[in-house]
Amino acid sequence: MSTAATTETKPAAPAIEKIKVKIDGREIEVPRLTADWSGKLTPTTMIQACELAKTDVPHYCYHPKLPVVGNCRMCLVEYGMPALGPDRKPVMNADGTPKIAKMPRPAIACATPLSPGMEIYTKTPAVKQMREGVLESLLINHPLDCPICDQAGECKLQEYSVDYGQSASRFVEAKVHKPKAVDLGPRIMLDAERCILCTRCIRFTRDIAKDDALGIINRGSYNTISTYPGMPFDNNYTLNTVDVCPVGALTSKDFRFQMRAWFLKETKSVCTSCATGCSILIGSREEKIYRYTPRDNDAVNASWMCDAGRLNYKWISREDRLKDVLVRGQKSTWPAALNELSDKLKKAPAGSVAIIASARQTNEELWLISKLKAKLGAISDSIPRVGEADKLLVSADKNPNTNGARLTGICFTEMGINLQKIADGIEQGKIKVLIVFGENIAKHGVSNDRLRERETISEVVDEHGLTPALLAKLETLVVSDIHANETTRLAHYVLPGCAHAEKRGTFTSGKGRVQKFMKAVEAPGDARAEWEFLHDLVHNVTGQNGFVTIEGLFNQMAREVPAFSGLTWAALGDTGVTVQI
Amino acid sequence: MAITVNRKKLNFWERLYLPAVVGGLKVTGRHLFRTLFGGKAVTMEYPEQKWTVPTGYRGAPYLVKDQDGDTKCVSCQLCEFVCPPKAIRITPPGTSGLKPDRDNAEKMPLEFEINMLRCIYCGFCQEVCPEEAIFLKQDWSHVGTNRAELIYNKEKLLSLGGAAPGIQKWKHKLEEARAQENFPVKV
Ligand code: SF4
Ligand code: SF4
Ligand code: SF4
Ligand code: SF4
Ligand code: FES
Repeated sequence: MSTAATTETKPAAPAIEKIKVKIDGREIEVPRLTADWSGKLTPTTMIQACELAKTDVPHYCYHPKLPVVGNCRMCLVEYGMPALGPDRKPVMNADGTPKIAKMPRPAIACATPLSPGMEIYTKTPAVKQMREGVLESLLINHPLDCPICDQAGECKLQEYSVDYGQSASRFVEAKVHKPKAVDLGPRIMLDAERCILCTRCIRFTRDIAKDDALGIINRGSYNTISTYPGMPFDNNYTLNTVDVCPVGALTSKDFRFQMRAWFLKETKSVCTSCATGCSILIGSREEKIYRYTPRDNDAVNASWMCDAGRLNYKWISREDRLKDVLVRGQKSTWPAALNELSDKLKKAPAGSVAIIASARQTNEELWLISKLKAKLGAISDSIPRVGEADKLLVSADKNPNTNGARLTGICFTEMGINLQKIADGIEQGKIKVLIVFGENIAKHGVSNDRLRERETISEVVDEHGLTPALLAKLETLVVSDIHANETTRLAHYVLPGCAHAEKRGTFTSGKGRVQKFMKAVEAPGDARAEWEFLHDLVHNVTGQNGFVTIEGLFNQMAREVPAFSGLTWAALGDTGVTVQI
Repeated sequence: MAITVNRKKLNFWERLYLPAVVGGLKVTGRHLFRTLFGGKAVTMEYPEQKWTVPTGYRGAPYLVKDQDGDTKCVSCQLCEFVCPPKAIRITPPGTSGLKPDRDNAEKMPLEFEINMLRCIYCGFCQEVCPEEAIFLKQDWSHVGTNRAELIYNKEKLLSLGGAAPGIQKWKHKLEEARAQENFPVKV
C-alpha cells in the first residue's frame, strides 16, 4: 500500500509544536507541521490553517491528497506579518500587541507556509475581487455545457460562480473550442473544453497511481489534457481522476448521462470487491444504484478506490436475483420455511451438519452462524477467493470479510482446509445436512481424484471436492444466496439473501479495520437480510434470544467475541476501528 | 397563552338568517330572469361549447422542437427536479446508445413522461428549463379511459408541442467550433 493510503502502519506522530495565527481577526493555534499528501511532515500552509479554522478558501488545483502546484490562483488571500523594526525586533502597538504589516501583494493560500503571528485575511474586498477575476478568466473559454454536463450539481466552477461569478460575460470574441467526447481510455471520457487545467488528474495518476499517463499538450489557450498518442489511459485507478477533476472535463463512461448528481441519495458503505474494504458512498435513486464513489478514510483508502471495485455493482440489480423462499422447489414463506428448517436442525444428531459460510457475509451474520455451529456441533468453513494484489489498494484476498470469518471461528487461519473434510463426510454419509451461504459451491466442485493430485488446498483457489453429484447425496441442502445458480437449483431450501447495499452490517478488512455499512436500497421480492433470518433460526434452534436490531447484535457480538471486545456500533463511526487480528 | 377572539354579537334578524336567504334568492332570481328573458346564459354547454382561454393561460406542458425540427430538450432533468407534484419522469440516455436527433448538443432524453393527472399547471418546468424546450400550452382538458393513457410520453409531448423557434445556442456553438477546426495546426 502506498504511503498516502494509510496511516495504519505509521508510528505515533511526535508531538508537534503549535503556532498562533490570526484568520480574519480570529486567533487560532495550529500545528507548525502538517502531513502533506505523501504523509511527510511539512510546514502547515495557509489553506490548511483556514481549514482548521473552518474558513472556506475556494480552490481548484489544491487537493489535500495530491502534491501542491499552485496553478489556478483561486485561493489567493491577503496576509500580514508582524512588523520588524530596524533593530530586527517586532514593532509594538501602543497597547502592547505586535504591529502587523500588511503585505502589498496577495499570496496563494495552498502553497504559502505559515509563520508565527501571521494574519490571514480571506474576506477583504480585494480578495473578493481577485476571486472574481480568476473565475472570470477561467470562464473565458469555458463552454457552459451545464445542462448536458455530468458534473453539474457537484461542479466547483458552478459553486464558485454562484459566489463570485458575473451574471453576464464580458467576453465578446469567439471562444476557443477544443475536442469534446474524447475517448481517453476504456473508462474515461474527456471534454477538453471544460478543463480548467488544474492538473489534478495528472498529479493523481503520476504520483498516486504511479502511471505517468496524462499530460498537457499544445500552447496557450489551446492547452489540452492528453495521453501519449495511441496510449490509452487504462490503469486500475483512472476513475479517481473523475472524482478529483473539479469540473466536468473528465467523466466516467459508466456514469455518463445516467443520472443527474442531485438526484442521488448517498449512502455510506464499504466496497466488497477485496479485503481492503475501501470506504465508499453508494449513489442510488429509487432503489437503483448508479455509482460508487470513494469516501475519505485515511486509515483505509485515503480518498481513492480502484476501478474494478467501483464498477462492481451491477450484480445487485441483476435479473436473476432470488426473490422467493423455496422449499423443495415450491414457493414458500419465511415463517413456514424457517420453522420447518429449525425443527429439522433441532433433531439433527451432533456431527451430521456442515456449514459453508461466506467471507462475503458480515461479522454479525458469521457470528450468528458460529452460534448455530456450536449448538449443532457442526463443521464449518468458507471459500477462499484469491487474485492479484497491487501496490496501492487492491488486496490479493478477494473476500471482503475473511478476517470476520476467522475471528468468529467459522474458518481457520487458512480458509478452505475443511472443505475436503466436509466432502469426505458427505461421501461417507456422516454429514447429512449442509448449509451454504452465498457460495456457489457446485460450480467449482471437481472430482476427488483430480483434487488429490494437488498438494495443498491453498493452491486450489476455487476448486474443492464438493461436486454436484456429492451434493445430491445430502438429505438436506440449505442454500442462502443472492443469485440463482447451480447450487440453489440443487437446494431443498432456498433462502434469498441481500447484497451489502440492501442491509446494514460490518466487515473486518484484511488489516483488521472493522467498518460498518448502511442500507442504500430495498431488496427485491421476499429477499431478506441474512442476519435477520439467521437471528430467527438461531433463536429457534438454540432457544437463546438475541437482539433484533443490528446495533444490539453488533454490541452483543463485541461482548462475546474477544477480538471485538470493547467495540460498539456507535463507536465505529463512519470510518471504523482497527482491531487486532 | 390562549387568545380570546371577541365575536360580534348577532342581533335578532341576523340570528334568524332569513334576510340573508332572501338576499341569495334575489341573485338567483335575477340570473333566472336574465337567462329566460334576456338570453344571457352564464353557463356553457360543455363539451359542445368550449371555453377559449385567454392568452397567457397556463395549460398542459408540452415539449417543443426548434425551427430545424430538432428536439430541444437535452435531458438536464431540471424540470423533473423542480416539478412540485413529481409529474415529470425522464429517462436519461445513459449508455443506451441513443444518439440525439441533432449533432450539436450531445444529450437527449431516452424517454420523457409527464403524468397529466399529476401536473398542476404551475409552470415551474417552463421557467426552469435552460433550453426553452418545454412550454405550457393552452390545453386544459385531458380525457382518458385509464390512468396510463394520461401519462404522455416523449413522442406524444413533442407532437403536441409543435415548434418554438429559439436562439439555438448549441447549433451556434457547433458552428463556431467547426470554423476553428483547422486551428491549431495539427501535425
Ligand atoms: S464543468 Fe461545471 S460549469 Fe462547466 S459545463 Fe460542466 S457543470 Fe457547467
Ligand atoms: S481534466 Fe479536470 S483534473 Fe484534469 S486538469 Fe482538467 S480540470 Fe483539472
Ligand atoms: S407545470 Fe408544474 S406540475 Fe406540471 S409538469 Fe410542469 S412543473 Fe410539473
Ligand atoms: S425540458 Fe428543459 S428542463 Fe426539462 S429536461 Fe429538457 S432541457 Fe431540461
Ligand atoms: S488552489 Fe491554490 S493555486 Fe490553485
